Amino acid sequence: MSDIYLDNAATTPLDPRVLEVMLPYLGEKYGNPSSFHSKGKVATDAIREARESIAAILRVRADEILFTSGGTESDNLAILGYARMNKQFGTHIITTSFEHHAVLEAVMRLEKKEGFRVTYLAPDREGMIDPKQVADALCEDTILVSIMYANNEIGTIQPIAEIGNSIQKFRAEKNLPHLVFHTDACQATAYLDMNIEKLHVDMLTLNGPKIYGPKGTGLLYVKRGIKLEPLMFGGAQEKGIRPGTEDVAGIIGLAKALELVQKERATESARLIVLRDQLIDGILGSIKRTRLNGSRENRLPNNVNISFIDIEGEALLLYLDASGIYASTGSACTSASLDPSHVILALGFPYEVAHGSMRFSLGHETSKEDIEYVLKTLPPLVATLRSLSPVSVDEKYWL
Amino acid sequence: MDHKQEPVLGTKGDVASHDQTKSWFYTDIVKEHFFHPKNFMENDADESLYNAIGKVGSPACGDELRVWMKVNPETERIEEFKWKTFGCGSAIASTSIASVIVTENGGMTLTEARTLKPQDIMERLGGLPQRKFHCSVLCDKALRDAINDFYRRTDQFDKMVVESSRIIDPVSKVTDHDIEEAVLDGAITIEQVQQKTKVGIGNPNCLPAVEELIRFYREKYFGAA
Repeated sequence: MSDIYLDNAATTPLDPRVLEVMLPYLGEKYGNPSSFHSKGKVATDAIREARESIAAILRVRADEILFTSGGTESDNLAILGYARMNKQFGTHIITTSFEHHAVLEAVMRLEKKEGFRVTYLAPDREGMIDPKQVADALCEDTILVSIMYANNEIGTIQPIAEIGNSIQKFRAEKNLPHLVFHTDACQATAYLDMNIEKLHVDMLTLNGPKIYGPKGTGLLYVKRGIKLEPLMFGGAQEKGIRPGTEDVAGIIGLAKALELVQKERATESARLIVLRDQLIDGILGSIKRTRLNGSRENRLPNNVNISFIDIEGEALLLYLDASGIYASTGSACTSASLDPSHVILALGFPYEVAHGSMRFSLGHETSKEDIEYVLKTLPPLVATLRSLSPVSVDEKYWL
Repeated sequence: MDHKQEPVLGTKGDVASHDQTKSWFYTDIVKEHFFHPKNFMENDADESLYNAIGKVGSPACGDELRVWMKVNPETERIEEFKWKTFGCGSAIASTSIASVIVTENGGMTLTEARTLKPQDIMERLGGLPQRKFHCSVLCDKALRDAINDFYRRTDQFDKMVVESSRIIDPVSKVTDHDIEEAVLDGAITIEQVQQKTKVGIGNPNCLPAVEELIRFYREKYFGAA
C-alpha cells in the first residue's frame, strides 16, 4: 500500500534533526526560563540562543522576535495588536481577499466590531497582487497593510519587496510613521528569501509546522519601535506582549527547523520544481478538462493546485486517500462552513471550479516515483467520478 | 437486489472536519457505495428508454443529481433506477443506496417511494456525519421529481405533488423550505441562518417565526432541543 503525503502545505512531518535537538528540553532540561536558579538559566540560555540564531537568519535584531503558538496567533497579534494600539493614527487597513483566514477574520473583526475601514484587494486571475493596487489604495488614514508572501492554496508568490518599497515611499512622502506592512510568510519560509531587510516589511509571521518544525510554534517579527497591544495578559515573557511560560522545546525546534530549511532551500527548491512541473504537466497533459490554478511562474516550488472540472473535490480526495495519496481540496464539502475555497473564488472563477480544486503540496519526502504513481493513479479515478457525474461545465466558466 | 457488505475498509475514505469537533467517520456501508456505486448511468442516457426523469441541484451548489427511472405503467412499480451525481462521497453513497432501496424486492410502487425519507436513506447507510445530512435530502428530492414526471407523462396530474413552501419573509422571499435547508447545512442560530438566507435582514418582524422554525427543523433532523 502506498503512502504518499502530498499535503505539506497543511503541515510537514517533523524533521528528525529537529526532534533530536528538542528532546533534551522535553526531558532533563525542564526548567522554566523565568526561574532564577540554574535549571531556569539552562532554559533561558537555550531560548536566547534560539532567538539569536533566528534573528541572524532573518537579518534582524534578536529583540525583534516574539515567540507565539503559531501562524494564527502571530497573524492575530500583528493585526489586532497593532490596530488596537495605533487606532488614534488612523483606522484604514489594506489586505487582500485571498489571505489566510487568520488574517482575513482578524481584519473582519476590526471592521465589524471596532470601527476600522478595510480595503480588500482582489488578485488577478493568476492569483497575483499588483504593487500598483496597493499604492492606489494607500491613504493618509492607512495604518496597516497585510499581504501574504505566498498563498497557502495556490502557492502564488507576491512581490512583497516591491510592495514594501512603495509603502515605505508613501510613508516617507506623507510623513506617516505609523503606517506599517505585515506579511504572513508561513508558506514561503521553506522556499523563499527570508532576508527581512530586503523584503521591506515591518512585521512578519512564520511558523514551525510548515517547515518541518513542531506544531504549536511560531513567531512574529516586529520591527523595533512598533507597539502592539497584547492579546493575553499575565506575565513578563516576550516583553509582556505575549505572556505565558515559553514552550522551550518548541522554540528550540522552531529555530533548528528554520535554520535547516533556509540552509537547504536552494537545493530543495530546485529538486521540487522539477517534480512540481512533472506533476503539473502530467496532469494537464493526461487528463482533459483540468486547469492549473495560480500563476505558473510566480509559484512556490512545492505547490500544485488543479481543478478537475465536472467533479467534486471531496469525492476525488477520498478516492485518492483510498489509493494511499493524501492531498487537499477546496471543495465546500470538506470545510466546516460548507463554503468552497475563498481563494479560488477570489481569482474570479465560479463555484464549480472551486468545488473541483485539488491541492497537491510536495515536500522533503516526495520522490520521482511518488509523482509517477500519482500520475498513473489519478486518471482512472477522475474518469470514474466523471462517469458518475451528470454535469459538463461550459469552458467559458473555467478556461 | 441483494446488498452485500464488502470487507471492512478501515479508515481510508473518511473525512476530517476542519473544526475537529466531530469526526466525519463514514460507515463501511457508505464507503462500499461510494467506492462501488450501484445502478449509476454509465454512459450518456438514452432518455427515450425511461418514463420518469428527475433532477435537483446545480454544480454551483456543489451537488447535482439526475435520475432516470423505468416505471411499470400497470403496477406503477419502479423497475429500474439509474442516476448520475456531481457531489461528495455522501451524495454518491446516498444516491447509490437509494437506487437499491427503491428497486429491491420487485421495486417500490410510486406511492411507497414517495414516502421515502432522508432518514430512511441514512439509516440504511448506517448513518452519515451530521454535516452531510443535506446530501441525502437531495436524493429523495430527485426521486420525488421523477415521480411527478411519471404522473405528468401519464396525464395523472391529480397525483403530482408540488413541493409546497411557505414564504416566511416577504421581503427576502425566504421560505420555510430555505430555512430547512440552512439548518441541514449546519446553521443552528438565527445569525447563521441569516448568513445563508438573508432572512429578516430587512424585516426583523419575521424573526420570531424564523426562530421557531429553526427549533423545529433542528429537532426533526438532529433531535436537538
